[in-house]
Amino acid sequence: MSSLPLAVTRRRRRSVRHTLDVRVSPYAYVAPFFLLFCAFGIFPLVYTAWVSLHEWTLLSETQEFIGLDNYSTLLSDEYFWNATFNTLSIGVLSTVPQLALAIWLAHLLNRRLRFQTLFRISLLLPNVTSVVAVVVIFSQLFGRDFGIINWILSWFGAGGIDWAAGTATSHVALSVMIMWRWTGYNALIFLAAMQAVPRELYEAATIDGASNFTQLRRITIPMIRPTIVFVVIVSTIGAMQIIAEPMLFGQSSGSGGGIATGGPDRQFQTLALFVYEQGFANSAFDFGYASAASWLMFVAVVIAAAVNFLIIRRVKGGLV
Amino acid sequence: MRLRYLTLIAVAFFSAFPLYYSVVVASRHNSALAEVPPPLIPGGNFFANVARVFDTVPFGLALLNSLIVAGSIAVAVMFLSTLAGFAFAKLKFRGRNVLLVITVATMMVPAQLGIIPLYMLMVKLEWTGTNYALIVPALVNAFGVFFMTQYLTRALPTELLEAGRVDGCTTWGLFWHVVLPAARPAAAVLGMLTFMSAWNDYFWPLVVLNPDNPTVQVALSTLASGYVNDYVLGLAGTAIGTLPLVAVFALFGKQIIGGIMQGAVKG
Repeated sequence: MSSLPLAVTRRRRRSVRHTLDVRVSPYAYVAPFFLLFCAFGIFPLVYTAWVSLHEWTLLSETQEFIGLDNYSTLLSDEYFWNATFNTLSIGVLSTVPQLALAIWLAHLLNRRLRFQTLFRISLLLPNVTSVVAVVVIFSQLFGRDFGIINWILSWFGAGGIDWAAGTATSHVALSVMIMWRWTGYNALIFLAAMQAVPRELYEAATIDGASNFTQLRRITIPMIRPTIVFVVIVSTIGAMQIIAEPMLFGQSSGSGGGIATGGPDRQFQTLALFVYEQGFANSAFDFGYASAASWLMFVAVVIAAAVNFLIIRRVKGGLV
Repeated sequence: MRLRYLTLIAVAFFSAFPLYYSVVVASRHNSALAEVPPPLIPGGNFFANVARVFDTVPFGLALLNSLIVAGSIAVAVMFLSTLAGFAFAKLKFRGRNVLLVITVATMMVPAQLGIIPLYMLMVKLEWTGTNYALIVPALVNAFGVFFMTQYLTRALPTELLEAGRVDGCTTWGLFWHVVLPAARPAAAVLGMLTFMSAWNDYFWPLVVLNPDNPTVQVALSTLASGYVNDYVLGLAGTAIGTLPLVAVFALFGKQIIGGIMQGAVKG
């Protein structure tokens, strides 16, 4: 008689614990990601804005609030505008041909092919090579006196080019490195999207006598447009933040200049490198000024992404 | 058709040649670089050059640091991503879809722009110069969570979980006994991808570590930035610091590529 209430409470306690388990566990399981992202992703980004409003260096004890002074200095800093120009130039030079090439390669791979896996592996090989290795290797290939690229160009009467020295040539050299590393990766992303396009569309087009190129233009590209826009956005965000390539190119090409100046004439200093120079590489360690530059970059990235988002919306409207 | 193969072979050549050529240079003597035409087959100087690498920078320590950092990050990412992926794929809770969308959106946040406060945070935590500064912020990431969510949605039968519940499993018990074993193939791919990107990471380690306690990539950049341009030394370092990874990739390439392409297809 007395054991019955005991069993009931025990069962009730178990069911409370069960409810708690089912309700709370999911949040506990996704919590690590969100906590980490808040602490090491969002918080630093937001705090950058706060730091940018101060006279704030690594070594100073106190930080004085100076409003938008850092920003107004920045807007009249010719090095800042130089870095902005370089970032846009390298960004366009590396991204536009890269994505066109990637789509074309994906199109070539989107058939029954022998050695399909082998081709895919070779495409991704550059992407698993570290950025340091890429720049060290290409600095040698682009060497002025003994580089293999100048040697090949000399067959055609060119050559002897000091790649790191000029603005245009250094931008081309850096864009080649970036393209070499990322084209294959993006080609595989496009290929994944292309494989979801119904085969019948191509069969019907072939029967109608559409050429290979027409099929690419009229079927493939419209069908994978969301993926294209996604890749364009991600590449834009990546291109705005290019830093390791110019930094290492400046060092390993032996072109002189400081560790973060991007060549002696700042001919290939990008915005991210400019931020690094102000914050960590020159003797001022001017965190406030560097943060202001970071924040302006962030705004630029958001604008670029927003423009692309508007394109997505328009494309969606066009397709439906 | 023949044109297609020729093009792809040319592309494969351009992908592989710089890596091959780096080994050629790394196995020569600096004087060989001045030869015209340039040498195109490996020479016999490779091990002597590697020995010089170990003499110039603390490369053994760098290898150890990189192994510890990339290994810890890979294990943590596999575990925590599977955990979160399980919740997103198979558990019902309020706000699930919103949180998943936020997770994917965070992949677009240019986190590198917060580098200065992040560095200040590391100073506060007294983690600068230590591997904690590299490991802790990277313990789990949005790509991993999204990747495992997709895999588990597709590959883990809900009936299996229901059967576990009937047998009296707690949620944690389900994760441990049912989800983890089922997630193994995808988690392995995620682990390899994570290990490679952590191994190759350069900028943040450069900012937060000291040159006398570097990772492999930081040590390589020190090698390459000498006053005298010693390409052979730089490329010998590159060869031992990155080519093993490239070789592993060539071996498991099929699975890794499958993983990347699956992660790429969005709903």
